[in-house]
Amino acid sequence: MILEHSRITAIQGDIITVPATGITYGELATVKSRGRTSLAQVIRLRGDGVSLQVFAGAKGVATGDQVRFLGHPMQVAFGDALLGRIFNGSGDPIDKGSELMALPRIDIGGPSVNPIMRVIPRGFIETRVPMVDVFNPLVESQKLPIFAAAGEPYNDLLARIGMRANADIVILGGIGLKYDEYLKFRIAFEQAGVLSRTIMFIHTASDPVVERLLVPDMCLAVAEQFGVRGKRVLVLLTDMTAFADAMKEIAISMDMVPSNLGYPGSLYSDLASRYEKAVDFEGSGSITILAVTTMPGDDVTHPVPDNTGYITEGQFYLRKGVIEPFGSLSRLKQLVIGKVTREDHGYIMNSMVRLFAKSREVEQKLAMGFDKTADDDRYLHYAKLFYDRFMDLKVDIGLNDALDLGWKTLSECFRADEVGIKQEFVDKYWPKGH
Amino acid sequence: MDNLSGGHVVGVTGPLATIEVKKGQEVLQNEVAFVVCQGVPLKSEIIRVRGNLVDMQVFESTTGLKVGDEVQFSGELLSATLGPGILGNIYDGLQNPLAKLENNQGFFLKRGQYLNSLDEEKVWEFTPEVSKGTKVKGGHYLGKVPEGIFDHHILVPLTFLGTWEVVDIKPVGSYRITDQIAVLRNDDGREETVTMKQQWPVKIPLRTYEERLLPNRQLLTQCRLIDIFYPLAEGGTACIPGPFGAGKTVLQQIISRYAQADIVIIVACGERAGEVVETIREFPELEDPRTGKSLMDRTVIICNTSSMPVAAREASIYTGVTLGEYFRQIGLKVLLLADSTSRWAQALREASARMEEIPGEEAFPAYLESRIAAVYERAGLVRLYNDTTGSLTVIGTVSPAGGNFEEPVTQNTLKVVGAFYGLSRTRSDQRRYPAIDPLISWSLYLNLMGDSLNKQRNEEWVTLVREAQDLLFKGSEIHQMMLVVGEEGISVDDLVLYLKSEIVDAVCLQQDAFDVVERATSEERQVSDFLLIMDMVHHPFTFKGKEEAREQMTHMQNLFFQLKYCPFQGDEYQRYRKEIETILGKE
Ligand SMILES: Nc1ncnc2c1ncn2[C@@H]1O[C@H](COP(=O)(O)OP(=O)(O)O)[C@@H](O)[C@H]1O
Ligand SMILES: [Mg+2]
Repeated sequence: MILEHSRITAIQGDIITVPATGITYGELATVKSRGRTSLAQVIRLRGDGVSLQVFAGAKGVATGDQVRFLGHPMQVAFGDALLGRIFNGSGDPIDKGSELMALPRIDIGGPSVNPIMRVIPRGFIETRVPMVDVFNPLVESQKLPIFAAAGEPYNDLLARIGMRANADIVILGGIGLKYDEYLKFRIAFEQAGVLSRTIMFIHTASDPVVERLLVPDMCLAVAEQFGVRGKRVLVLLTDMTAFADAMKEIAISMDMVPSNLGYPGSLYSDLASRYEKAVDFEGSGSITILAVTTMPGDDVTHPVPDNTGYITEGQFYLRKGVIEPFGSLSRLKQLVIGKVTREDHGYIMNSMVRLFAKSREVEQKLAMGFDKTADDDRYLHYAKLFYDRFMDLKVDIGLNDALDLGWKTLSECFRADEVGIKQEFVDKYWPKGH
Repeated sequence: MDNLSGGHVVGVTGPLATIEVKKGQEVLQNEVAFVVCQGVPLKSEIIRVRGNLVDMQVFESTTGLKVGDEVQFSGELLSATLGPGILGNIYDGLQNPLAKLENNQGFFLKRGQYLNSLDEEKVWEFTPEVSKGTKVKGGHYLGKVPEGIFDHHILVPLTFLGTWEVVDIKPVGSYRITDQIAVLRNDDGREETVTMKQQWPVKIPLRTYEERLLPNRQLLTQCRLIDIFYPLAEGGTACIPGPFGAGKTVLQQIISRYAQADIVIIVACGERAGEVVETIREFPELEDPRTGKSLMDRTVIICNTSSMPVAAREASIYTGVTLGEYFRQIGLKVLLLADSTSRWAQALREASARMEEIPGEEAFPAYLESRIAAVYERAGLVRLYNDTTGSLTVIGTVSPAGGNFEEPVTQNTLKVVGAFYGLSRTRSDQRRYPAIDPLISWSLYLNLMGDSLNKQRNEEWVTLVREAQDLLFKGSEIHQMMLVVGEEGISVDDLVLYLKSEIVDAVCLQQDAFDVVERATSEERQVSDFLLIMDMVHHPFTFKGKEEAREQMTHMQNLFFQLKYCPFQGDEYQRYRKEIETILGKE
């Protein structure tokens, strides 16, 4: 049933209120203003007052504008015809392809998966980035953000992993994405020949802020449909901080009591309901989510990265152009390390990081002007090798080669009884002659 | 439900629905109500009453709800269903069995589905424990049925007040939980029939026992840092705060596997579904070393993960605690693990914000402190009416915003718990797992259980533990000093002290959760290895200089390190132990 109203009684931020009855919570509407039509969604019912968030923003909305209630929540088209296509933040095609009127439409933001229907993830995704593969491997169905300050090459890293990972379908969600960055993604995917298995929902930095809210849900609703049809889907989202900021604007316009720096108390649940769409379906496909979370002021304790870290299955810190070994974490790594990957993987990983931590301590000590001991030299040497052979993002090497290189590096700097590795593995892997 | 009272919806925001009732209609706080959304009744709980306006939290998505939609009251408080058949289940926060929902619904959780918490078709072998004419009170045992590895006593309904006489009791035989097994009559002559199944309102503590006792017996977790340094008592409480990724969940997972409890209740509260899946999929395969049965037989999982409805998340902790109290009532040693209590507190905060209550610190409601205290206070060691004991131990994780322990949930929790296992980012970054920071953590139970520990473990035990704690503090001070003045600025003795503390840290505190040998350490091995380590600590090493000290102590550390990965008392173990003892002049 479509209902029309044309008396807006309140406009606050991007929220408008109209008197209407028979309207359902969460329902979609269109708001027709001078020269444009925007989507809006019901976010509060109070007596006969209905409040809606206007996705294109309430700027230029007049009290006499026409509001049409559509009688259903937000939907997105679904079908194989989506492959290779590019859409904007409200799901309309922005490439030169045809309209998708014929496709069935599905609700976005659907219910969560019954935990019982999930299986324990077991698929190791090799990225050939040693800081990922060796130290924090990516696992199929994982949800993992890249934490980075503004200016770091996070989108390059995202694109690089996205192109190499062996997924059936890649869905890119751009949220407040700079236009140039969008073009870079498109060109990179084109060159890698993966565009035909890619779907993009692109909200750019110049699009209305509230429209950002739809992008993750559209990406994930489409991913879910492919997932239950047996496809292994990789979803790339950049930047989820822009998404959270849109949520903050809505909360403030709603006069909600903020919990921290203006973000609503529901920030955790709001982010979790998106990230939790990552799943390995029993007997079917999977959804893996790799997202970017920029850290305002390079501060991890900022509410967005902080809440994200609690939700996701680890995080990669990108700092000064490299993935930091400290703080970076793949919580699912133990599901594949030594089980799917080589038996010595876990030992190499722990030992190398522990020794690198010590190297950092030595560096700090020397920076404070203390004398250098012979021991220190070995640690400094190790730190340099570690950087050149593992951290540098230019390094492109498979996991087993990287593990061998790890043993080699340890043996070049330390004695076997210093590395804290079980004797049987030392006997088996320690390079001869050291 | 026709003749029951109700009202209709006048407002909706998120999971909060405001309804209007007729003037003068009786409304019960925390009563269960159903709001009919597009023909589907959605379970809700009344959380505020103002005049004829009633606020309810809806335990499901409210999408599709309209002003004017009908609401029906149930007349019942939000309750848990208690009786044989709870164990091995995986419930959502409202005690719906998720495995049965799966059969009905496929991959996704459809709203408005409420199933029986217990299997009502299953037949149990009942043996009476009372005879006609026996006088009983709520919580007394009427009989028992074998369930898994223990006898599940059938209790006089816990809601029964006063004294009752057994008018009829069924003989030995097979019964379903809905079959009548007894008839009781109270002093007023009122007769009630009793089945094996009963209800208890989740937000009200169960107090049908003789008295609460001081927790003075250790609950073994097989995690060395906890058992040796900051031990936990049966019936005690502990919290595990820590920034994300520091190891709260892994720590709880290994405790849930290896702790020496009869029953383990896992409340997955607002965290990742994937983490529960590991438990769900692995526990049935794992053997409980104490009983030889599957670990799942002693486990109940309550699973309201982060993308499931937030109001049911608030309920999930209460559901878990109520089940725990019930098993305690049967005389069992129960351990409840809640991950994470911060998500539960956030659910309170979300509801409070939607009701536009005046916010307290960080927008948490002013009653946060009392709610937290009320949950932990439900733990305890109790003497039951039949003079046996039962216990409920509660360990909650806390997820402080920004990893800062100064925030309200951590602070209010610290006020009420008996042990504090604070995880530190520094330690987890260094992969020193479990990342419990020994310098900030504490346990009130070390003193409280002192006598029994000394008796059970070693006559000097508590003194040695204090000494080891001390060594860690000194070691850390020396380390700090070295960072300022360099290694050349400290004496050889200090260096040795520091290296000794590092050995204690590396081989006693640090415990690899993913290694077959390391992940659980028996009490016997804890004692044996710790005494050896303390021998090392007491040994008066003499070194010519720092170079030699480092070299020798690194060697010593490596020996201990190899030792800890060897199966206890095996050949390898004996060999490394010998080697250490030789150096210490101890053979
Ligand atoms: N005791 C442990 N032994 C080995 N690794 C651990 C241990 N505790 C935590 N970890 C590592 O840290 C990661 C994060 O731990 P987790 O318990 O999920 O953190 P939290 O619940 O505090 O966010 C794990 O995935 C694992 O890789
Ligand atoms: Mg956790």
